[in-house]
Order: sequence, then C-alpha cells, then structure tokens
Amino acid sequence: MTSSEKSNGNDPVGIDAEQIEYLEQLARIRLTPDEKVRTRRDLSSILEYIEKLNELRTDDIEPLSHTVPMAPVFREDRAVNGDRRIEILRNAPEQKDGCFKVPKTVE
Amino acid sequence: MTNFETVMGIEVHVELSTESKIFCGCSAAFTVEANGHVCEGCAGMPGTLPALNRKVVEYAIRAGLALNCEISKFSRFDRKNYFYPDLPAAYQITQLYHPICKNGHLDILTEGAKKSIGINRIHIEEDAGKLVHDSWDDCSLVDYNRCSVPLIEIVSEPDFRTAGEVVAYLEKLKSTLQYLGVSDCKMQEGSMRADINISVRPVGAEKFGVRTEMKNMASLKSIARAIDGESARHIEVIEAGGTLCQETRRWDDNKNRSYAMRSKENAHDYKYFPDPNLMPVIVGEDDIRNIRETLPELQEEKKARYIREFELPEYDADILTGSKHLVDVFERTVEICKNPKDASNWVMTELMKLLNEAQLQPEDMHFRPDSLGEILLMISEGKINRSVGKKTLAAVLETDILPKDYVEQNGLLQVSDAGAIEPVIREVLDQNEKAVSEYLGGNERNIQFLIGQSMKALRGKGDPQVIRELLVALLNDRKKG
Repeated sequence: MTSSEKSNGNDPVGIDAEQIEYLEQLARIRLTPDEKVRTRRDLSSILEYIEKLNELRTDDIEPLSHTVPMAPVFREDRAVNGDRRIEILRNAPEQKDGCFKVPKTVE
Repeated sequence: MTNFETVMGIEVHVELSTESKIFCGCSAAFTVEANGHVCEGCAGMPGTLPALNRKVVEYAIRAGLALNCEISKFSRFDRKNYFYPDLPAAYQITQLYHPICKNGHLDILTEGAKKSIGINRIHIEEDAGKLVHDSWDDCSLVDYNRCSVPLIEIVSEPDFRTAGEVVAYLEKLKSTLQYLGVSDCKMQEGSMRADINISVRPVGAEKFGVRTEMKNMASLKSIARAIDGESARHIEVIEAGGTLCQETRRWDDNKNRSYAMRSKENAHDYKYFPDPNLMPVIVGEDDIRNIRETLPELQEEKKARYIREFELPEYDADILTGSKHLVDVFERTVEICKNPKDASNWVMTELMKLLNEAQLQPEDMHFRPDSLGEILLMISEGKINRSVGKKTLAAVLETDILPKDYVEQNGLLQVSDAGAIEPVIREVLDQNEKAVSEYLGGNERNIQFLIGQSMKALRGKGDPQVIRELLVALLNDRKKG
C-alpha cells in the first residue's frame, strides 16, 4: 500500500506530532500549536508527493550524484582575497575586538 | 581481579598547508588579526557558492598514497548540519558517504616490534572558526579566519592497545605528512589534532567495551596522560559495578582528569546530505599515477639510505629522519660540507642541544638551511675552530645571521699563524710558572690547562692544533734550557 492510498487529505500521515517536535529542536525554532498542525500537514503532503518516486522501478539504474552532467570545477590554489575585515564585520549583529559578538556559547 | 586491556582508535585532523582556503580565495595562513582572512563565502553568507581548491584534493591523495590507501575514483561532499557560532553556515562541508581514501595502513615500531595500524578512511573537510569566551561581557567572540581552512581527517581502525603505540603512530603520521609537505602538523598550534576513542575490556574478551571520545590534548605527552587517566577511570567504574556512557569528554591536562562535555539532547543528529553546490570529485588513473610519481622518499627509505650510504649509526639515522626539518638541514649541510658523518654529529649533538636548551622543536627552527654547512666548511678549511663554530651556530639559531658575518663582526677568524700565537703563549707560560714547573716535573696533564689559558688569551680563536704544537715545543725548550 502506498501512502497516497492511505491518505484522505484531512488526516496527514507520514509524519507525527513527535517528529515535528524533534524537528523543532533540530532547527532551533519554536512553533505555536497552530503552526505545529500546519507544519505537520505541509510536511506530510511534501513527503507524500516525494513518495510518488518510490513507485518507479529503479533496480537497474545507477544512482545519480548530480543532476547536471559536468566535470568537476576546480579553483587553483591562490589566495586572491585581501583583508576585508571592516566590510565583513559590518554583517555582524554586534562586534567587539574585531570579532563577531554572539551570545555566550559553551559546548 | 580481572585484567583489562585498553582498545583505542584515533581520529586525526590535519590542516593542509595550502595557500588559500578550501572553497574560496581567502588566505589559509595563520594570522593573529581576527577576521582578516574572511570573505562572504567562508563567513557562510547566503548566496555564495563553494569552488573546490584543486590542491586540497591533490594533498589528500598524496596522504592517502603514503598511508597505503585505495584512492576513490569517485568521492563527494556532504553537509553536516549543526548550530554552533564557530560554523557560520550552520553546516560543515565534509565527506561522509564517499571519502577520498579508504583501507590503508601505517606501520609503526614499538618496543622493537613492528605493528601495522589500519587506516579506515581519509576524508576532506573544512575547519571551523575560533570561539573565545569573554567572561567580562558574558558573551562569545568569533574569529572566522580558520573557517574553511582545508583539513583531512585520518580515521584509524581500533588497533591500539597502549599509549606507546598511539604516540608512535602520531609521531610517524606527523613525520610522514611533513615529508609529503601537505601539513606542518604543529600540535601546539592546532594544525594537527588527535581525538582518541577509548574503551576497555577484560583480556581475552571479543566484545568492545563502551567507548568515550577524548578531546583537547595539545601534545603527545598530554595524549599519553589522557589515555592512562581515562582507561583507569573506565576500569574503576566497571570494577565498582557502575556503567559507562558513550560520550565525548574533554581532557584537562592540569587537573589530570577528563570531564564530560555538555552535549545537548539530539546533538548528534547531523542530518547529513550531499552538498548540491559541489560536483563529485572524479579521479582518474592518470591523476593518481602523476601524484604517486611526485611522492618524496619517506622516512623508512631515507633511514635505510642514510645507514647504507652515509654509514650512520641506526640510532642517529632514526633521530635525523624522525623530523623533516632536521632532514632538510642535514641534507643541505651534507651537500655543502661533503662530510655526512660530521654533518650528522653536528645536527645530533650541537643543534639538538641548542634546541633543547631553547625548548624548541625542530619545526621551530627558522634559519637559512645553508648556514650549518657553511660553518662546517669554515671549520674544515681552518678559518674557525670548533668552539667558535658552536658559538656561531647558536647565533644563527637565534637571529639567522650569516655565519660569515657573525665570525667577521665578532673577530672570530681562527688565528693559526704561529708568528701571532707564539708571543701569546710565551706570555701565558710566564704568567703560569707553577703549572709550567709541574709540567716540567712530570705532570703532563697540565698541558690541557696551559692550552686553555692560551686559548683564552687568544679570545677563543686560536687553532688548537697549532697552540698544542707550539706549547709542547716551547716547554721542551725550557726542559732543555
């Protein structure tokens, strides 16, 4: 039975409430109860859509590592960038002593 | 009481000594100025694309060939996702599924026995930035200079049983990578970092015990202490009937114990997936052959050649070839002075003594490689004597002054002209009547004292041979007279 056969549109399958909480943790975001419901519904329908691929027979097809058949592109080993600390640090939310200043983080 | 054996595997991260970073054109060199080597790419800004540095792949293959690995014709980059401020893109580009090298080995010598250590894989990845915790401000400061500096991670099989084996392996690995010129491997500066996976099991048991991963050891000595401390802790827990938990621990070398690192729940789900911005790396037979042809003579071959060609004692050949930096000085010295034994003696005794006194490692030497050879040449040509040679070498090590300049500026050219030495010796004899009469009375050992006094009067620059000959002649005259 494929997931599309199981699904009736109202009751999302493929992803449960617990998994949504796990994803919240991994992605470091907090969802409201309402958002949790919607996220679960959206992700489930995405999964279902992707599931479609499982219907294809791929036994004798070599796995593809990239969609564009291209030779690898290398860069030669040259340090061409200059010192751009002033510009780069403008992107810091806050800075101190030439560094990006962030909330205290200890492993 | 049960006897336990320790089982270890090692993961070694090595910073490659390329000019630029792995995916952008920023300098990969170490600099004290924070964020001076950073662009949008290595700062992880949206919209930037990685461009792979060709030399990184070449260096990884060089290392793989020297460690007897299979080189993958097809390898690929994956993203390892986690949130930490030293990783601005929130993912590290690494190779999980298709590493560039697999299934190698490195042979080590411990307590006279040879042991082959399996290399599971070598993969390419990028380094992360550096985080400094500011306790004044209760914040963390991030320097992204090290971000995207190319690394290879060399993962061994769990083949180690003693701290001695681990140290021998790391020393061999360091010397091999230095010979290859792919890394400077400075543990203190973090360009070579070893994490030890350690577990214990009763002797004879097949099943591995619960392992912990030890991090934060900045020297071989601290690694040996960490292994002893951690395996003792494991045995203690087991014998007390407790259970160990699989975790990463930080070694505190000052307190001589390890601490569990605070790891958040689910912190180890890295959600790896292939990096869609990077093409796979395809390596052909030709590429591998070309790189193999440029591999230098490595330690073992070199050691054998030194013993065979230069007739050096095995011990000396072993020490010399243990460091690429000593090899460079030694080989250049031989080229200049054409006397391998003399060159080896000077490196093994004088140079090593000076390094020990200054508490320096061979890689901390920064003088012209020609200097020692030039000093030895001056000695063999009679321009300076050996003790001036030693003084000159000390000066070269300290300031990298040209030996010729040092000798000239300090007026140290050897005086071997008998006409110049004789009046000085006559004066010494006049001033040391007691020693002279004792010598004449049969105490011939006093000649050493008189040579010393004469050398001192000549401010250390006299030719010892000429001094001795003149002294003996003048003393004999007095005997007769």
